[in-house]
Order: sequence, then structure tokens, then C-alpha cells
Amino acid sequence: MSISRRRFLKSMTAAGVAMAAPKAVGAYGEFAGHPDSNGVLHDITLCIGCRLCEKACVEANPDDLPMPEIPFDDESVLEQKRRTDDKTYTVVNRYDLEADGGSPVYRKFQCNHCKEPACASSCFVNAYTKTPEGAVTYDASVCVGCRYCIVACPFDVPTYEYDEALEPKVMKCTMCHPLLLEGKLPGCVEACPQESLLFGRREDLIAVARERIRKHPDRYVDHIYGEHEMGGTNWLYLSGAPFEEVGFRTDLGTTPAPKLTSGALSAVPIIIALWPALLGGIYVMTHTKEKAATREKNSAVKEAIDSTQAAADEARKKAAEKAKADREKAVATAVKKALEKAAKESSGEEA
Amino acid sequence: MSEPEKTVERSLLSPANIITAVIILGGLWLSYLRFTGGLGAVTNLDHNNAWGIWISFDLLCGVALAAGGYTTAAAVEVFGMKKFHAALRPALLTGFLGYSMVVVALLYDVGRPWRLPYPFALSPGPTSVLFEVGACVMLYLVVLFLEFSPMALEWLGEKKLRRVLIRLTLLLTIFGITLSTMHQSSLGALFLIVPSKIHPLWYSSYLPIFFFVSSVAAGLSMVIFEGTLAHRSFADKMDEEHKRTADTVVLGFGKAAAFVLAAYFAIKVFGVALDDNWHLLGTNYGLWFMLEMLGFVALPCFLFVVGVRDLNLTLIRWAAFVTVLGIVLNRFNICLIAFNWQLPTADRYFPHWMEIGISVFVVTVGVTAYRFIVSRMPVFFEHPDYSQGH
Repeated sequence: MSISRRRFLKSMTAAGVAMAAPKAVGAYGEFAGHPDSNGVLHDITLCIGCRLCEKACVEANPDDLPMPEIPFDDESVLEQKRRTDDKTYTVVNRYDLEADGGSPVYRKFQCNHCKEPACASSCFVNAYTKTPEGAVTYDASVCVGCRYCIVACPFDVPTYEYDEALEPKVMKCTMCHPLLLEGKLPGCVEACPQESLLFGRREDLIAVARERIRKHPDRYVDHIYGEHEMGGTNWLYLSGAPFEEVGFRTDLGTTPAPKLTSGALSAVPIIIALWPALLGGIYVMTHTKEKAATREKNSAVKEAIDSTQAAADEARKKAAEKAKADREKAVATAVKKALEKAAKESSGEEA
Repeated sequence: MSEPEKTVERSLLSPANIITAVIILGGLWLSYLRFTGGLGAVTNLDHNNAWGIWISFDLLCGVALAAGGYTTAAAVEVFGMKKFHAALRPALLTGFLGYSMVVVALLYDVGRPWRLPYPFALSPGPTSVLFEVGACVMLYLVVLFLEFSPMALEWLGEKKLRRVLIRLTLLLTIFGITLSTMHQSSLGALFLIVPSKIHPLWYSSYLPIFFFVSSVAAGLSMVIFEGTLAHRSFADKMDEEHKRTADTVVLGFGKAAAFVLAAYFAIKVFGVALDDNWHLLGTNYGLWFMLEMLGFVALPCFLFVVGVRDLNLTLIRWAAFVTVLGIVLNRFNICLIAFNWQLPTADRYFPHWMEIGISVFVVTVGVTAYRFIVSRMPVFFEHPDYSQGH
């Protein structure tokens, strides 16, 4: 009975995984990602808050990070919630969850190395690179310091050297990319005594995480944080407590950051193409109207002048004709008079 | 040139100049602190709040309030509304100085200002909205400089060069409107990437459209507002033509602003409706949102309408002033007040007085340049040599 049920469950799980796996990729339209990119699975249930990872991080980045004033084994640091800053790439916080019977939960923060990072998408000098190995790296040699990446990051990861006058840099976890290239593990993973941090191919880590949830459904919340959040991250998390109670944003959604702005950016060429034509057209229309009005006015004036001119010519012509007629009449009268006078005179002489 | 010099001597010790001198000296001292101690020495910026008032006020408000340049140029040069011609030069001058001040403020805000050409020269990142904003602002600054140049060239007596630039007017105007459409909207698009950090009442996928439409209202209102101030201080520089048409400008721009604000109010309501955020209006942020919408969009819209109907120029001027305040409030809301709203109060940003000091310094430099230019160059009057030019 029990065996058959286990088999049944097993086959159900297998079918479920088989159905879910391609769907998970297709349904969210995710960037498939670099196929062999690596990540880290942080199993929060295994973390004991020893902060050896923090120490290892500073030791792995000796040129960039200073040793803190308060030593790593001083537990008072855990009294308050910390965030990463320009002197720490990673911090561990303690969450005293009453519902959990008083036993504290520890959670490590660092860059989540998104598959499609907001920082890289928002950087106007292309200072960020999503490497095929999985890390999101930053190139300070081109950084202008606009800090849009800090604004854009949904996980509040990048920090800035505000006290640096001349050469301030953005500071964030590099997943120890240089060590990865040498075939080594990230500092924090190497140092973790509890195997709370597991390094490997992202796809493998997801399988491992699924398996752990399947094996210990009582121990874990049934969610792998980072599998789909913001399009997926290369750091993945398992937790026993609800994620929002241990410092995670659970309202981020699954849309990768670049998609949030791509629509607006795609409007740019449309405006560049349409606006000049549209505005030019409007100008031509108003200008033609103006021109037509001017032309109409001019032709009306010309017509008026012409007709006045014609009337004047006509009048003059008439006057001239009349004058001519008058003159002819006068001449005729004068001739007639002269003839009459001559006739009279001749008749007088005769008489 | 002897006459303008006399003007300078006479006004050197005026109260306005003394205040200006004090602010500029203070600003230079703050600049020294900024560039020797880093951003942390003069600002309250931190790892959660990377953008403060140099972005929200100097950049976002600066660009929106300098929109008078392209709106007036569009009305006069493209739409052929020659009756507003007198408003064009002051608007172009303010646009040019406004954008110059934006760039000056950015020199303070970015970590390594000497690298500002990098996005266009060395390592372009065209996936960034900021890349588009930067490219458009840079190109538009050049356009505004060329549009402003005839005023300087007439003053300097460079007739040949001026004639070349006047011929380019239409081309520059169309290019300027295109660039403005893009970067005014892109300033809103900057925030599309952070739906998780901006209060849902202010976050919308329509942010680019909100920013563009409100910039038109801002531009129209700034022309009215500035004209009002200029008439108080520089009436002696204005020719009869400018004074005669000033009221036409206030009426015409007031009417246009009423339409634009009404449209803006409508699309903002669409924004709330499409994201189904009605239930948030009852929260504290909702009340603040309604104050912005009713007090600084609907109210000035109504005042514009009444002012235009009654030919009440004073009311239109007040409406313009409220609109300008409303634009500032809106940009502050999106960049500061509704931004990081989910963080505990202790992690929120409030500007350091030295940040405000540098903003005041930058604005003062702009106002001083404005005063210098309008008291010398043909902005409010037509240069006698070129009175046939229009």
C-alpha cells in the first residue's frame, strides 16, 4: 500500500517536473540565460550566522574592501538589520521569528547576479557585463557615477563611494569572478562551514533545490526565490520561513528589468521618423495658407487697380473723342460761318 | 559699448547684486567642499537614496520648466502663430539658460563629471534610458545655443553669421521639438525600471506620456510666469511691440495651458483606473496624490479657464504660478517622496542644507546670466538694424 503510494507520488512528481520545466522557461518569456552559467544556492535553513562568509569576502577582495572595525565574531553586529555598503559586499542578518519558536533565522545578502540585470540595462556607459560564467561584473574605468544602477536595482545591491572625491566607484559583489575564471569557488562559498552556500550550474542548483523541497516539504516554503524573480537570478534561495519575513521582496514580479523600459525605448525611432515629417507638414500647411492668403490679397489688389485703370482709360478715350468731335464741330461751324460770311460779302458786292 | 558699461556701474551695488554675490561666493565654497570631499561631504545621499534634489529639482524640474523654449517655438515657427512672436526670444533664452543650468548641476551630481562624454565617445550603453536622455539633452543644448545665438550676434553686430542662423530657424525648431519630445518623456521613462520602488499611484507604464504632457503645461505656464516677473524688472528694456502683445501671449498661452492640463488630468485618471489603484486613494499617500491632482492640476486648469473667459490676466498669471508649483511637486513626488516609499522612515532621504545651497547657487548663476543678457541683448526689443527680420 505504502509502496504503491510512494511510487504513485514519485511518478506524479516526475510528471509534474516534466510538465513544469519547459513551461517555466516558456511561460515567462525569460532570457534562456547562458547555458552553463553558475550560481549559488543559499539554503537559509542551514545558515548559523557565523559570518565567516563576510570575513572570506573581505579576504577575497583585499584591494577593494577594508577589514571592519568590529571583528567578525562579535555577535552584537547582528542586533540590527544591515545592508551592503561601499565597504562590504555581503552581510548576514538575523531574523528573530516568534512563530518559529524563537530560534533565529539567518540570511546572507549580496548581489543576486540577475540573468537580465537592471544595473546593466540602466547603465549608459555599458559598465556592467553579464558574464557567461554567471557573474555580473562592473568596470569602474568607464563609470561616470550617475548612480542610475543603484536607483534601478530592485534588490538594493549596488552602493557608491560617496566619500571618494576624485575616483568614486560603484561597489558590489562580483561573485568572485576572477576566482571563478581560475576554477576556484567564490570566497563566501569556500568559507561556509554549514554548506548553506552551494555553488554550481544554475540549472543543477534549481534541480537540487526542488529535490530538497520535495524531500522536506515540512522544512521549506515551496518556492525557490530567484528562479523567476525579475526574470531569474543566479543566486537562489531556499527558506523555511515565508520569504518576506526574512528580508526578501516578494512583490517584484517576474518581468526582467530590461523589459520594463524596452517599450519606451522602442518609441524613440518612431518619434525621430514621425515628428520632423509631421511638424514639417504642419509648417507647410500653415505656410501655404499664409501664402495663399497673400496671393489672394495681391490678386484682388491687382484686379482693383486694373479695373480702375480700365475705367479711367475708357473715360479718357471718351473725353478725347468728345474733344475731337467738339473740335471738328467747331471747325465745321467756323468753316460754315466763314463760308456764310464770304457768301454774304460776295452777295453784298454783287449788290 | 559705453552705454551698457554705465548701466553696469550704476547697478553694481544694488541689493540684488549684493545678494547674488553672497550666494555665488557661498556656492563656490560649497563647490570646493564637493570636489575635495566627494558627494558625501555635502549631500545626504546614501546607498538607498542615490538621487537627491540635484536630480529631482535641478534635472527633472529644470528640464520641465525650460520647456517654454520648444512649446513657444512650435507655436510661432511651426504653427504660424505670429501674434506670439514677442514671447519667443525670452522663452528661447530661458530654455537655453535652463538647460545650461541642468548640465552645471549634473557636473556636481555625477561622481566623475569629466567623464560625461564617455557614453557618446567611449563606451555607449544604448539600452539605458539615461543614454537617450543624455544624448537628447546634449543635442538640444546645442540647438538652444544656436537658437539663442542671433540675440548675441545682433548685440555683437555679426550680421553675416546671424543671417545664416536665421535661415536655419525652421530646421532648428523642428529638430528641437523632436529632441524635446524624446527627452521630456524619457525623463519619465527613467523610472519605468523601478515599479518596486515607486508608490503605485505614481508609478505607471504611462510615465513617459505623463512627463511629456506635463512638460507642455510647464512650458506654457513658465512663459506666462516669467513674462510676469520680467515685466516687473525689465519693463524699460521692452519695446512697444513687446508690451502691446504681452497680454495676447498671456491669454493665448493660458487658453492652451487649460486644454493641456485638462488632458493631463484625464490621462492621470486613466493611469489610476488602468492599474486599478482606486483603493489606494484612501491611504495617506492617496490623500497626497489627490492634493497634487486636485490642488495643482485641476485647480490651475479651472483658474485658466475662468481667467480666459473673463479676460482676467491676473487670474491667468496665478494659475500659471500654481501650475509651475504643481510640476515641481510632481517631479519631487516621483523622484523623492513616492520613491523608496516602502523603506522605514529612518532610511528615507532629506536633503542636506549644502545640497540645497548648491541648487540655489546654480539657479542664481542662471538668473544672473539672464539679467546680464536681457539688459544688453535684443530679447524684449527688436534690434533697430533687424526690425524687418520677421
